[in-house]
Amino acid sequence: MSKSKMTRGLLLTFVLTLVLSGCGGAKQNQETGSEGDSATDTAGEKVTINMMHLWPAGSSAQQNKLVSQIIADYQQEHPNVTIKQEVLENEQYKNKLKVLSASNELPDVGITWAAGFMEPYVKGGLFAPLDDLLTGEPLKDKFVSGTTEAYSMDNKTYALPIELNISPIYYNKEIFAKYKLEVPGTYEEFKQVVQTLSSNGVAPVALGNKDRWTGSLWYMYLADRVAGGDTLKQAVSGSGSFDDPGLVQAASEVQTLVDMNAFNKGFNGLSNDEGKAEFMNEKAAMYLMGTWELPNFTTNPDIPQAFKDKVGFFKFPTVDGGKGNVNSWVGGPGVGLFVSQDSKVQAEAKAFVEYFVSKWGEQSVTTAGVIPATKVDTTKNELPQLYVDLLNELNNASSITLFADVQMKPNAAQVHLDMIQALFGKAATPEQFAAKHKEAVEKGN
Amino acid sequence: MDKVMSNKWVIALYVMPSLLLIMGIIYIPIVLTGYYGLNEWNGIGSMTFVGLDNYRHLLKDTAFWQSAGHSLLLALFSGISLIGYLGIALVLSGRIKGANLLRKIYLIPMLLSSVAIAQLWLKIYHPTNGVLNSLLTSLGVENPPSWLAEPSLVLTALFIPIVWQYAGFYILIYYAALKNIPESLMEAARIDGANPWQIAVRIRLPLMSEVIKVTVVLSVVGSLKYFDLIYVMTDGGPNGASEVMASYMYKQAFRSFDFGYGSAAGFFLLLICLVATYLIRKATASKETIQYS
Repeated sequence: MSKSKMTRGLLLTFVLTLVLSGCGGAKQNQETGSEGDSATDTAGEKVTINMMHLWPAGSSAQQNKLVSQIIADYQQEHPNVTIKQEVLENEQYKNKLKVLSASNELPDVGITWAAGFMEPYVKGGLFAPLDDLLTGEPLKDKFVSGTTEAYSMDNKTYALPIELNISPIYYNKEIFAKYKLEVPGTYEEFKQVVQTLSSNGVAPVALGNKDRWTGSLWYMYLADRVAGGDTLKQAVSGSGSFDDPGLVQAASEVQTLVDMNAFNKGFNGLSNDEGKAEFMNEKAAMYLMGTWELPNFTTNPDIPQAFKDKVGFFKFPTVDGGKGNVNSWVGGPGVGLFVSQDSKVQAEAKAFVEYFVSKWGEQSVTTAGVIPATKVDTTKNELPQLYVDLLNELNNASSITLFADVQMKPNAAQVHLDMIQALFGKAATPEQFAAKHKEAVEKGN
Repeated sequence: MDKVMSNKWVIALYVMPSLLLIMGIIYIPIVLTGYYGLNEWNGIGSMTFVGLDNYRHLLKDTAFWQSAGHSLLLALFSGISLIGYLGIALVLSGRIKGANLLRKIYLIPMLLSSVAIAQLWLKIYHPTNGVLNSLLTSLGVENPPSWLAEPSLVLTALFIPIVWQYAGFYILIYYAALKNIPESLMEAARIDGANPWQIAVRIRLPLMSEVIKVTVVLSVVGSLKYFDLIYVMTDGGPNGASEVMASYMYKQAFRSFDFGYGSAAGFFLLLICLVATYLIRKATASKETIQYS
């Protein structure tokens, strides 16, 4: 073999290896089945349940601790059961779940998001129905109404929610006091707050829009306040249209805010964590984010108390002439637990999920600061004031609009997220934004 | 020994394990990817055969061609940067002080994982606290750009760490090739009165031309299928301004659950890489191998 032929051969191999390793490799191994241990599922015998979740000890210390504690308790009560955890960060978790599902290797128990996110999994028959757990004694009537519905398809519930999130605007009281600002009640007042902060060199709002769903929250609220929650819901479901003048106006309001320098510099290149850092470092005055951030402002021991004392929240202000109600929230059940349909230890996994959800509901607010989807008795627990206030707001909520990227089908959700980045980056006009959405929703998936 | 090797079964026995591996891990998935590309498939349910629809759609997909354009730019940029690496390798292989230490310094980025490099450069490019913008501010620049958020800057901002990452690799290859050239040839040239420039251009470069061709192919093909740093640093954003073919393929398959279309994009990417390799080999083919010894 001549030298050049050999090099050519080697190069070819090299090229082929690298080009397709990304998507080719994952689709193999159809035969290996679930990741379940080879232990049999007869009661009393040793059983291993694999659980995958998204609370690493580093970034979600409290949740991580609570999960480990519930698992430890469960293993104590059921000595034959071993629960193995696999922990990943949010985005990596989503990606890994997709890769595992393609090769049919889902963990026995895992975390899923509601509606559009879980639809392909349910349609693919990968999640086991959990309706029997809903009617069972430990969980009967325990869920806040409207939370499990987001996880049901064709009248069957495929996951049990363990979080309920709404998104307030957190603000730094000290910065507000320094510039003699009041909490804005209307959108006009909000714009004045932005103006004052921006002219004083403070970033008004912390935003990391590389992740894109972060910017989506702003659009969702503006759409809700201007056009009303129903218009938005109908547009997403396809029965309405994104051409609605209110929705287009909401998109142009986003660009008005960008023009006013409402968001920190370079937001389109920053991840949510980097955006959040601007708020935590007190360089930005406001931060619109889900209630999953509450522990960082109340209980997380790693955050200085001096900073926590400065954090307050307000509801997204109403827009003059808009159809939205100040008590309507963007949010929804956060994550839920699913059981894999192909799990070799499905019965044990279901029993564990039932135990997990009820224990989580009792302890999550106090230990991890997470608002569960099961009802919380605020009088029984010693809670930080921020929690009590928000839980009370939750009781007054008129409606909860589910996060757009969760509500939409995966394909449309990607278009929505990309267009959000384009809208914030002023690479698309509000009209183009509406047109692309319309096209994506009509196309379906 | 000859007797053993003349038995076809024995040969097969030795070749089989690696052949099976390479078939199972590389060639069969390629064929399958090509097949998936002919289907409508969300990665979970059943597939529907749609023929060449995905490929037809791909050829008309402006977002894909935009990302292909970015990949080509990266390939061009990497190709040009090879000249720089060659220069550095030529200098290093000369008798200069500290060449050994410099060689090691250049190699270090290659030893880091891509994600670590990405995190490092994210900190450098941070719009307010980043090293780069802090430096610019202290030099009196009023409003330094947000490197990764400006559609017009983001590609350049990404190319720099990519070039930095691979510099050591190519310098090392060139350095090794240069060290392989017999000292006696240079000695003879020097006696004949050739200056260092003439020695480099007339003797050393022609003798390492095969290596240069290989590195051109490596860098061009490597750039065409480049993924990791871009995925971590910008995720193709903002608004597709730094999307490359591989990240586009990934998004279609794993974010939009369009495995058929993603596979079609992947297969197309393979074809582009093969064509690029062929063209480069063709363009740089020489009739005879130069040998001076």
